[in-house]
Amino acid sequence: MSFLLVFAIVLAIGLAAFVAGRQRARAQDDGTVKPHSRAHYHGWWAFLTGVVPAVLFLAAWDIGASAYLNSHIHSALPADVADGTVAQEDLAAGLVKSLASGLRKLDSQTLSALPSSFAELQPMLAAKGVALAPDTQDYMIPIATEANRVSDRLGMISAVVSVGLALIGVGFGLRGISPRARARNNVEKVMLWSLLGASTLAILTTIGIVLSMLFQTIAFFEKVPLSNFFFGTVWDPRFAAAGAGASEGQFGLIPLLAGTLYIAFVALLVAVPIGLMSAVYMSEYAAPKVRAVVKPALELLAGIPTIVYGIFALVTLGPFLRDISAALTGGTPFIQAQSILTAGLVMGVMLIPVVSSLSDDIITAVPRAMRDGSLGLGATRSETIKRVILPAALPGIVGAILLTASRAIGETMIVVLAAGVAANLTLNPFEAMTTITVKIVNQLTGDLEFNTPQTLVAFALGITLFALTLVMNIVALYIVRKYREQYE
Amino acid sequence: MTDISLDTLTTSAARPRRDIGIKKRYAAERRFRLYGVLAIAVGLAFLGVMLTSIISKGYTAFWQTTVTLAINFDEKVIDPSNKRATDPNVLITANYPKLAEAALIEKLGIDPNDKAEVRKLKGFLSDSSRVQLRAIVAADPSVIGTTRNVDILAAANMDSAFKGQIDLEVPESRRKVSDQQVEWMNKLKAEGVMAEHFNTGLFSYGASSRPETSGVGVALIGSFYMMVIVLLLALPIGVAASIYLEEFAKKSRFTDLIEVNINNLAAVPSIVFGLLGLAVFINFLGLPRSASFVGGLVLTLMTLPTIIIATRAALAAVPPSIRSAALGLGASKMQMVFQHILPLAAPGILTGTIIGLARALGETAPLLLIGMVAFVADYPKTPFDPATALPVQIYMWANEAERAFVERMSGAIIILLIFLMAMNIVAIVLRRRFERRW
Repeated sequence: MSFLLVFAIVLAIGLAAFVAGRQRARAQDDGTVKPHSRAHYHGWWAFLTGVVPAVLFLAAWDIGASAYLNSHIHSALPADVADGTVAQEDLAAGLVKSLASGLRKLDSQTLSALPSSFAELQPMLAAKGVALAPDTQDYMIPIATEANRVSDRLGMISAVVSVGLALIGVGFGLRGISPRARARNNVEKVMLWSLLGASTLAILTTIGIVLSMLFQTIAFFEKVPLSNFFFGTVWDPRFAAAGAGASEGQFGLIPLLAGTLYIAFVALLVAVPIGLMSAVYMSEYAAPKVRAVVKPALELLAGIPTIVYGIFALVTLGPFLRDISAALTGGTPFIQAQSILTAGLVMGVMLIPVVSSLSDDIITAVPRAMRDGSLGLGATRSETIKRVILPAALPGIVGAILLTASRAIGETMIVVLAAGVAANLTLNPFEAMTTITVKIVNQLTGDLEFNTPQTLVAFALGITLFALTLVMNIVALYIVRKYREQYE
Repeated sequence: MTDISLDTLTTSAARPRRDIGIKKRYAAERRFRLYGVLAIAVGLAFLGVMLTSIISKGYTAFWQTTVTLAINFDEKVIDPSNKRATDPNVLITANYPKLAEAALIEKLGIDPNDKAEVRKLKGFLSDSSRVQLRAIVAADPSVIGTTRNVDILAAANMDSAFKGQIDLEVPESRRKVSDQQVEWMNKLKAEGVMAEHFNTGLFSYGASSRPETSGVGVALIGSFYMMVIVLLLALPIGVAASIYLEEFAKKSRFTDLIEVNINNLAAVPSIVFGLLGLAVFINFLGLPRSASFVGGLVLTLMTLPTIIIATRAALAAVPPSIRSAALGLGASKMQMVFQHILPLAAPGILTGTIIGLARALGETAPLLLIGMVAFVADYPKTPFDPATALPVQIYMWANEAERAFVERMSGAIIILLIFLMAMNIVAIVLRRRFERRW
């Protein structure tokens, strides 16, 4: 029986228990004893005692069963395959699994008289719309039928046990119903635990991010030395020669890191002055009417997906800059269509609302008294801003710039479309450079074997990016928080 | 006292005023203001240029040129050996484009035996006529032998030429449509046979190698599935987490850790979530590649921090008096939260959720890594089938060289922006209508 069907049955049992529990509690309330909880709490408690253990068991069993099935298939593989490389063994096991799921589509009559060679079996499966890899071997057919049998048996056991658990739980819950039973407290305790569980998901996500990338990164560094990655100045992963031992690719991080930082720097050069000035103007000068119109318009910039910025850079701005530079020199353009300048400019515009909304918060947090004091001493508004407000807000603004820089470093779609893919090391902003995020996308969007250094390097790049942005975020959040406390 | 001040006043008024650089300072003030105005103008100008450029490139994608032809469903072409009663494959493999071509030849009055003239017709009509006419015949085989008017799509290049996007000043050999084709086009246009219609195909077709039959249909369904999954998962989990952190958690090292984590996750680059999805959901848990289910899970993890931060702000904005009143009347803490605080905070939570969903709808990078860059021509029936998403479809068209794809791409961006704008407007309206200030 399928997982979903069992789950549905368990839920149905729970709902029936809810109705029965509520009914029972109502029936018991004859007015002589003041009930502790209202009737529907008793119903919910019966529901929870039935459903929670059964569902937990079902989930645990399902995970355990697939692991058991996996090891079962592996142990059934013939010795020459099992003794081969890990990749070979995994490949064979994968073929068995797809064969097994294909066999599920056949009716029982065909299954009882299953041909023993794959050549005969393939047309039967193809007729059912199952396409299998041609290197499926004859010996896999008995293993696949055996695997299907085992998984059927495991599924049956899990269905029986979880439905049994649900019934026992419901019985327990219903029996405990009495006017003074503390059903509400019990239900609320379960609720509190589930609230706590939901909030730990944030920690689990972080752990998941770190662990998933860490394992792949370790696998990568088993194949490529650390110094090649961190200090290499050449990026040449050689897709074509992947697997050929003699021509190992070069995985130098430095050109990617340089490109990432360069583009982020250009973007900040655009975003910080414009964003800061517009925040200052909005909070210090703009009339309320102007503010009400202009502020949402600028926030619109933040709502536009980055792919749209990327397309704009690729289709409009890049060719435009190239043509202008061609017109200036009268022939050969000195700005390439994909260049650091194009990517940086567009990314800078994308970051304007980030800078301005962060600094707006920080500027308005500067106490009124400081502003009034400066104005009262005869300073003009701009002098107040330049000499009093900005210095006072400086730590916060530095934090805001750091947060913005971390956004710039992690930005993907704009650079994928506008910065180019060639890993150059150059100082000329009119040439193309590539970034860490571009290379992560490049390495992972293609039909590749997963365990080659060519794909694993994406995880090493990812963890570098994660560490880089993590440090910037933590420092920035720390500075911003410290700064807020200072004026509170 | 009065004397002294009067005295000093008169003396200072008598002497010429000391230059304290007031003019310079006022000039600096004006300059500073100007910088502010300039900064805002630059931002708005860029927004304007970007939107105009996209809309001017993309609005034509909503129209498609068709040629209305009297198609003669000729039995000699469809089923020359009259075997369709016994062999259903005949109707599937028949040479339908030939029917459309024959109708066009007749319409233009070309001699069907003039091979050179007929060859010039190549690339006038879309090859999609094969699918279109086949569907007509499959639905009603009795149509064979009769004549009926059908709107056949023009090929992408003729479509561009019809919309005036191809520069006819360029020498004939260097453009995609020949002079003869343009002449025919003008003739058909004058007769009202060739005309632009609203392009419903843009919304219904899936991926295709022909621009005129490619659309965002599959991508819209994929995006829809993902949004539903994000809503179903991120909203309850996010609200539950915020309730715990805001209402129940005591300040401890553990809750501090959770808070730092949430703030950090909100700032983690989105592509890192894609790597997580690839390593955990696809390689470890064995979920299918390119499926909108996996995309939905990844986007859920990405959206959670946004929703949690918005929900916590909404919960914190409910005044303590409401809490005290509920507790004072004998409600348990859980009852207070779920029956009093949560309903009052709902508009704020919804606003935050819609904004989070809008961000998830426009997100591209993590979806590239979990294999949603796929050529999917059929509608996904379940969230576990291969699908694409709207921004991913835009990205894929950006990598196509043909100008007709650029038009489609800009059209798709307009669709995406309209969706985002609608979501944001709903969020703003919700906030305006239901938000209370205490």
